[in-house]
Amino acid sequence: MQLYARRRLTNWLVIGLSVLATGFGLLWLVLVLSTLLINGIGAIGPSLFTEMTPPPGSSGGLLNAIAGSLAMTAIATLVGTPTGILAGTFLAEYSRGSRFGEVVRFVNDILLSAPSIIIGLFVYEAMVVRMGHFSAWAGAMALAIITVPVVVRTTEDMLRLVPTALREAAAALGAPKWKVIVMVTYRAAAQGMMTGMLLAVARISGETAPLLFTALNNQFWSSDLNGPMANLPVVIFQFAMSPYADWQVLAWGGALLITATILVLNITARVLAAWSSFKQ
Amino acid sequence: MSAARHGAFGDMAFHTLTFVFALLVLVVLGGVILSLISGALPALEHFGFGFLVAEAWNPVTEKFGALAPIYGTLVTSAIAMLIGIPVAFGVALFITELCPNWLKRPLSTMIELLAAIPSIIYGIWGLFVLAPFVQEHIEPFLIGTLGAVPGIGMLFAGPPLGIGVLTAGFILAVMVLPFISSIMRDVFETVPAVLRESTYALGATTAEVVWQVVLPYARVGVFGGILLGLGRALGETMAVTFVIGNSHHIHVSILQPGTTISAALANEFTEAVGDLYLSSLIALGLILFVITFIVLALAKLLLIRLERQAGG
Repeated sequence: MQLYARRRLTNWLVIGLSVLATGFGLLWLVLVLSTLLINGIGAIGPSLFTEMTPPPGSSGGLLNAIAGSLAMTAIATLVGTPTGILAGTFLAEYSRGSRFGEVVRFVNDILLSAPSIIIGLFVYEAMVVRMGHFSAWAGAMALAIITVPVVVRTTEDMLRLVPTALREAAAALGAPKWKVIVMVTYRAAAQGMMTGMLLAVARISGETAPLLFTALNNQFWSSDLNGPMANLPVVIFQFAMSPYADWQVLAWGGALLITATILVLNITARVLAAWSSFKQ
Repeated sequence: MSAARHGAFGDMAFHTLTFVFALLVLVVLGGVILSLISGALPALEHFGFGFLVAEAWNPVTEKFGALAPIYGTLVTSAIAMLIGIPVAFGVALFITELCPNWLKRPLSTMIELLAAIPSIIYGIWGLFVLAPFVQEHIEPFLIGTLGAVPGIGMLFAGPPLGIGVLTAGFILAVMVLPFISSIMRDVFETVPAVLRESTYALGATTAEVVWQVVLPYARVGVFGGILLGLGRALGETMAVTFVIGNSHHIHVSILQPGTTISAALANEFTEAVGDLYLSSLIALGLILFVITFIVLALAKLLLIRLERQAGG
């Protein structure tokens, strides 16, 4: 009887700790999001989107930073997504069982988790040093390099989910392999690949470390991609670390803006993924 | 005939195109390695092996050593793992074994959203919310209790600053939690239901099933997941930069400020004057890259082995 009691006690203890751990995890999500909302909501207003980043002690907004972030994210997505899709296509369609494919997959997974600050250093060495100055191009390139492994991974996974029968049917109609891939397999996997792209955009819209060494920052409006450009993450970093209250408020506003964007992107991606798997 | 040849050409072109882009992935890794080595070379030549074991970090006299950032990186990651692994295990256990089916998906999503929140958000939150809380409530408590214990007491010595190694490690724990728990959840789900059910049928409790069936079956994957989380913790930058205090001195006490490789880079890189200073920072980056590469490669190899096991 004592043995039973002890086993039951252990069981309840384990279950209790497990529930506690889950609560602990959720607590952080709630805590971080609620503080963001409380501190950031005051900064959200028309001036945030219409005025430039101010010098300390005066009011302003984040227009130049928002525009810079959008520009660099857009370029990075335009460069990184096709690259990732083509490489992912190779892995899923052309490399079954090949040694080369295995190596690429392995390296891609390492790049997927590699510290983003290292990518920043690489682009600094490869572009900033050669060009002699910081630039939005370099920032966009660093972000593109971070997008690629995410897109490669999801493209490969999604293409592998497409039933072989579909490919065989198209091939039996006489379509060459490239046509099968582009016109049949891609279409079947489109939603999943879209999910990958959204997740990649979400990932790079908050990246700060690689931008510190590449795009740097710019207090003024700039449409020159060849020079330093303001961007939200670096502005948040600089403003939050500053002793000025105005700047800190703007940093919270920017933080709320980024997090809201990322959460929306993530949830959209998940809904899309759930929907496409439901359809299959 | 000409149509067939046309198709053959298209096939070859498309195959080559995708091959080139796949090759590009390898080129990026090669580029990263080469650029880090070439950037780090001046510092490594100047300081030699001593770079790894010297604590000095003085831009004025141009004496640089990597010991303090390496130490900080390892200690903060160790704290993160110490807190993160048990919690991640608890979460994975709850999701796979205990929670009702309808709750599984929303719960997993919410935990994974923790991974979606960018590093800088954890940083600003850590600086303004967590650090003051730690300073007022947690650190005085630790100093009063554990600080008085001989031996480990010196780990908890000094004034409560809020900013320091402990706070950084704690934030890292929250950040790696979703990575570790989602892999643990995935590998727990690879355990055949038959094994679980037959153990329950023998009268085992949930705790016994997890401890004696699920964990032994899934241990390779669990270890892989832990390493993957460790790889993340080692290279995490912005969150740590906000709360670690950026001090190049090694303090025994984890309540004191320190620095990590990535925090030193983020803080000093754009302000570094002089080739030797810059090169020393890049050398730090190289060290970080080597450490994370080894950890991530190990994680990946373990997970690949697991996939083969499950597949065959």
